[in-house]
Amino acid sequence: MWPCRLCEIIGIDIVIFLVMRLTDLTLKELWHRKSQLVSGLLAITLGIGVIVGIRTISVVSEKAVAVNLDNLGANILVLPQAVSVDNYYTADIDAPTFPESYVEKVVTSTLSGVDNMSPKLTRRTKVGNENIVLTGILPKSEIASKPLWQKGGLKGKVNASCAPKPGAQPAKYLDAKLQRKGIENLAGYDCFIGSAVANRLKVKENGTLTIQNKTFTIVKILPETGTVDDDRVFANLHTVQALLGTGEQISAIEIMGCCSAINDGLLSKLRNILPDTRITTIGQIVSTQIENNRLMNKISLIFLIIILFVGSISIGNYIWANVNERRKEIGILRMIGYHKRHVYYILVLKAVIMGLVGGIAGFIVGTFSAIWLGPQFAGIEVSPIYLLLLYSVAISIIISIIGSVIPAYMAGKIEPFSNMQED
Amino acid sequence: MLIQIKNLIKTYQRHDGAINAIDNLSLDIPKGSFVTITGVSGSGKTTLLLILGGLLRPTSGKMVYNGNVLNLHNEDQLASFRSNHVGFVMQSFALIPYLTAAENIMIALNVKNSDRAKNRIRAIELLEWVGLHDRTSHYPKELSAGQQQRVAIARALANDPDLLLADEPTGNLDPGLSEEILGILKEINQNHKTTVVMVTHSPMAAEYGSIKIKLENGKLHDQQTHVNIE
Repeated sequence: MWPCRLCEIIGIDIVIFLVMRLTDLTLKELWHRKSQLVSGLLAITLGIGVIVGIRTISVVSEKAVAVNLDNLGANILVLPQAVSVDNYYTADIDAPTFPESYVEKVVTSTLSGVDNMSPKLTRRTKVGNENIVLTGILPKSEIASKPLWQKGGLKGKVNASCAPKPGAQPAKYLDAKLQRKGIENLAGYDCFIGSAVANRLKVKENGTLTIQNKTFTIVKILPETGTVDDDRVFANLHTVQALLGTGEQISAIEIMGCCSAINDGLLSKLRNILPDTRITTIGQIVSTQIENNRLMNKISLIFLIIILFVGSISIGNYIWANVNERRKEIGILRMIGYHKRHVYYILVLKAVIMGLVGGIAGFIVGTFSAIWLGPQFAGIEVSPIYLLLLYSVAISIIISIIGSVIPAYMAGKIEPFSNMQED
Repeated sequence: MLIQIKNLIKTYQRHDGAINAIDNLSLDIPKGSFVTITGVSGSGKTTLLLILGGLLRPTSGKMVYNGNVLNLHNEDQLASFRSNHVGFVMQSFALIPYLTAAENIMIALNVKNSDRAKNRIRAIELLEWVGLHDRTSHYPKELSAGQQQRVAIARALANDPDLLLADEPTGNLDPGLSEEILGILKEINQNHKTTVVMVTHSPMAAEYGSIKIKLENGKLHDQQTHVNIE
């Protein structure tokens, strides 16, 4: 008899019974057939392992790209529509101009992922008989993380908000703590000059330089970078605009964009705000790596779909074989009074346990594979991503439950007198 | 009466047509009786036993258990009926191979009571009663056929059933062990007042019955009552 009618209605005794006793029975059966368990887990473990391995390498690789972009400073260049962009570093020289107010357009938009903007006006000019490139910059907007300023000791590090510290998760687009110190001081007639120009003009720090009849004080001679910056003279943007008579025009805006925001379509959003400009990235530097990451993400998604099918079928196959092997046993349980729902529970619980074990084993296999293969194939050091353990277990359990539904349903149809049928 | 069956029919559909394994059978089984059912193969004796135990649904007919009509088409009710009122002893012992003797008894106790400690004590008591107190932790494969059948009997008694159904319980045993098992069943019937219904081919085993029924083609061929049943 039931302990009480109310308990029967609300199923309390069944719940206690299910949790406390059927689990014992399931665990004992799993242990009894442990060699079969290993073979049953193989497909799901390997499948989850492949997904975890690919995902681990791609996540670490994405972080590496983010760090690379951060180290490069600006990673987006806004230029006039007609300009050629054959060379990212020289594209702004003698380019046509566009209004400086475009900076405000971006600033006042709700666009996220733009960490810093540096408007520039660049023109070739002469100092005596020497050709130089004169670049007007806004000191507080200039991107301080550019290798040029770093090497020159002019300002400390500014991180792109998406560039994570090693081992840390990428930050959100706009980080309130972002250090925007930039180049603090560049007075109206102060200038920084590149090392190549300084050599050619034979000038020294604190000396003067006359450009188009205006005398500039040389605040700093910048160290050699091996780029066109070595031939540049940097002065205050508004002074250069007045000197060249361009009005409030600029030839380029350098933007430090969050790399994940770039991946999420920051460029197209910028193009919507500044439709008559050409917007490009230093994608050529990291495009291969980004493409590899995209490919790996696609592969891991494909594997996820495949493992959902293959894993479910594999587990379903295993549970089905298990049900057939246990027909007599299920018949015995039904004979002594177990309900159909108890049979369902035993088999689904078994699938959940297999999913749990398969997910953990898959995570371990995948992570160790990534740690071993990452440096060899992707050239990056890989460390475990423990969050993937949760995903692995969850996916594995879901796959196992899906796979066990039909066999469990069929097991419920086994008649209670099946144990009487001879082998 | 413990059981009354009326106009029971069980039809099996086969490729060559329908066969009535039980053909319009009516039967009364008094409380405390020891009923033996004999008959040639295919006479319907095992089918009758399965229906009496709520393991098989008849095609038509009625079964009254202890004055209550049993809904033979409600699976949940039949499962509860089996766990609360019926014990089974099978020719093949029907033990679960990866559970010890005590655990095989506990799985029957667990259906009704989730107290593990109490169930274990009860299982050991039952094993002691069938003379297997030193085999509680043994797996079925570590036990002889006679010992396995005694474990099966202990499990059948786990929930103090009113009705014990035995299907050829001595079919896999030698004559010496057969008498031992039949003796245990007789003791259960006489000392515990448990109604026993046993299907057997063995004339010797059939002699243990106070009511002897012979089936032929699913019908009652002969019924002998040897002692008065209270």
